[in-house]
Amino acid sequence: MTFAHYDPEEFFDEMFARAGAPRLAAHALTQVIDALPPGEIERRQRSAERALLAMGITFNVYGEDEGTERIFPFDLIPRIVAAAEWRTIERGLKQRIHALNLFINDIYHDRRILKDGVIPAYVLETAKSLRAPCAGLNPPRGIWCHVTGTDLVRHSDGQVYVLEDNLRCPSGVSYVLQNRNVMKRTFPQVFAASRIRPVDDYPSHLRATLEHLAPDGVESPRVVVLTPGPYNSAYFEHSFLALQMGVELVEGRDLVASDGFVWMRTTKGFERVDVIYRRVDDDFLDPTVFRADSMLGVPGLMEVYIAGRVALANAPGTGVADDKVIYAYVPKIVKYYLNEDIILPNVPTYICAEDRDRKYVLENIASLVVKAANESGGYGMLVGPHSSKSEQAAFAAKIEENPRNYIAQPTLSLSRVPTIVDGSFEGRHVDLRPYILYGKDIFVLPGGLTRVALKKGSLVVNSSQGGGSKDTWVLAGDPRVETDRPEVDAVMTPALRG
Amino acid sequence: MLSRVADSIYWMSRYIERAENVARFVDVNLNLMLDFPGSSDQQWQPLVDITGDTEQFAERYGEACQTSVIQFLTFDTKNPNSILSCVRAARESARSVREIISSAMWEHLNGSYLMLTAAAGDDGEVSDPHELFASVKTASQAFTGITDTTMTHNEGWHFCRLGRQLERADKTSRILDVKYFLLLPKVDDVGTTVDDVQWAAVLRSASAFEMYHKRHGRISPTRIVEFLLLDHDFPRAIHHSLKAARESVHAITETPTAMFRGPVEQLLGLLCSELAYAQVDEIIAGGLHEYLDALQTKMNQVGTHIYDTFFSGRGAVPKRQSQRRGDVVRTR
Repeated sequence: MTFAHYDPEEFFDEMFARAGAPRLAAHALTQVIDALPPGEIERRQRSAERALLAMGITFNVYGEDEGTERIFPFDLIPRIVAAAEWRTIERGLKQRIHALNLFINDIYHDRRILKDGVIPAYVLETAKSLRAPCAGLNPPRGIWCHVTGTDLVRHSDGQVYVLEDNLRCPSGVSYVLQNRNVMKRTFPQVFAASRIRPVDDYPSHLRATLEHLAPDGVESPRVVVLTPGPYNSAYFEHSFLALQMGVELVEGRDLVASDGFVWMRTTKGFERVDVIYRRVDDDFLDPTVFRADSMLGVPGLMEVYIAGRVALANAPGTGVADDKVIYAYVPKIVKYYLNEDIILPNVPTYICAEDRDRKYVLENIASLVVKAANESGGYGMLVGPHSSKSEQAAFAAKIEENPRNYIAQPTLSLSRVPTIVDGSFEGRHVDLRPYILYGKDIFVLPGGLTRVALKKGSLVVNSSQGGGSKDTWVLAGDPRVETDRPEVDAVMTPALRG
Repeated sequence: MLSRVADSIYWMSRYIERAENVARFVDVNLNLMLDFPGSSDQQWQPLVDITGDTEQFAERYGEACQTSVIQFLTFDTKNPNSILSCVRAARESARSVREIISSAMWEHLNGSYLMLTAAAGDDGEVSDPHELFASVKTASQAFTGITDTTMTHNEGWHFCRLGRQLERADKTSRILDVKYFLLLPKVDDVGTTVDDVQWAAVLRSASAFEMYHKRHGRISPTRIVEFLLLDHDFPRAIHHSLKAARESVHAITETPTAMFRGPVEQLLGLLCSELAYAQVDEIIAGGLHEYLDALQTKMNQVGTHIYDTFFSGRGAVPKRQSQRRGDVVRTR
């Protein structure tokens, strides 16, 4: 199996500039693969799948028999990102997260951005993910979004766009680490020959990010990961991260808020908890403040949090930035708070609540992607060119009924990466989710989850919709160039104080 | 260690041990039936009594017979102590502590559960009971072996052993109590083949037949009671199980073994000394049933104190809703 007959067709291909001409960054890998004996790549693909199965790298599927676990499909051919391109992505992500953090802090305090007319007030007032109890909140060190996974896509014009912000509880980073593990075993010689930046230190960066939030005066803070439990679809990731960071994995019922602190129940009595990396949504965190019927949370948690005696990551209320209408304003948000032009552009977005945009969307629905403002995971969306007339009519009716809840974007032609399909390489569409940690400074993991739509022609990469994943190789590039680069990072440290 | 995690590990191993015990004594009874063709269904009621679920059984099945009792004790998912329910509960406990136990333990337990659900099929009928019970016993013994060889002997492992040993002591005492009560009054049978076969069945129910013979040679009710109750070294003897349980408790709390802090250590220490210095003749003279009854009450208290000490959370914190399981050791 070689790339001799691989055809990138009319799409932007991450590996090949055109048929038979690999991009510079992918050159080494294509040579190794082309030199493999026949059948070898298939054999390695199978052995990689077996390794993932043995490691128990699974996710739970809702709506099936209790605790049905599936393997997240994995494809051996990585996505490769050249050093220079990654530098732009990294700068762009740092800029975006820096600005979004300032934005979240502003809207829960003075709301200057509304007063200055940059964002219309109705957008915020109608945002479902705005959490009224968070008004006036000062999270530790002024940081709201400690862990972010931002979805990027590349269009056929070669430009990388931000498709979506995920500031709530982005998942998937465990696959990044495990995929890399498997790849190192599968292609050791490529790793030896290329300069692929490591991702293994993510857990220690995450732990440092979390410890940074500990209340003042706590010398060795106790950090825990809060999970909804074994039936959550991302339970594997929760337990993996806890294990990798060397901290306890707790459920809501393990914690109790009392005497102004949060404690966990252990066999040797109660032990104080200082930082909670919570993988439970805002709504379920504390039944006395948010949803009263929540069985997953800890009654009284918010009171301790507001008093500054326990830290939560991410802070409650950050989900407001995931609203897709607010997303449309991010370029203006960056300009407003940082007085900079946005580095990684948004996908052009039509806001259905605006009369002109809505008219355009309704007239051109067959060529657009329509998304609900508050859904994720590939649910609640219409891909115009892949839909029937009746599906389009149904979405048009929904837009008319509740315009605030919908946005639309042109249908992008996502870039592709060669993927193993029935014994040969075929191009499949991909996106990329890098992970950003906001602690003492902003850290972007050099890599990320490359999700691939395994169905031919499909643009939906979500695991719940038939997507798989690939390893993402960020190349280190020339060390001399590295040392020459201007130190933009220093500017990113926020001036906020909690 | 988190209380919830310790609780899950403890119950995981208790449930596995429980499933093995149920499999063993149902299997022994089936074998016994083959030695007495045409014997009545009376032989089946005691099995229900041993599990302590007499009332529930009577309500749902009425009269005890071979079919109903086997059904109740193997695949009846409404009976929390059926083999299938036990293995399912063990699997659920293991699932929530997968990052604490070894993956070999999880995979084995998961495999055992899948084997059982396949055997139960859609109708839940037991097609080949002998083979089924043999594989349940092997699965449990393999689980114990995998646990001992793949899990660090840390706090979690000790909770695992604690659960297994307490369950084992509890079941051995029930087997002894029910069988002794049934066997002894039949004075006509004393010294006959019937009697020997019945007593051999008691030993087999506790996997003790061979080891008993190595120790004592011929069948004698008094020696059997002594062996199952007081033996130091036989792994299913109550004394041995409680000694092992006590060792694990002290390993968890790090209290020196000659001392005690708190009711779990005190009660287990008292029980072990009592069994170490007891004479079987005195016990039988005072009434074995009364003795076993008192012993079971004390073992139940140990279970309750283990819950209070390790699993419930302690200190000056407001009480929340109890997370205790539905079928914590019951008192008779």
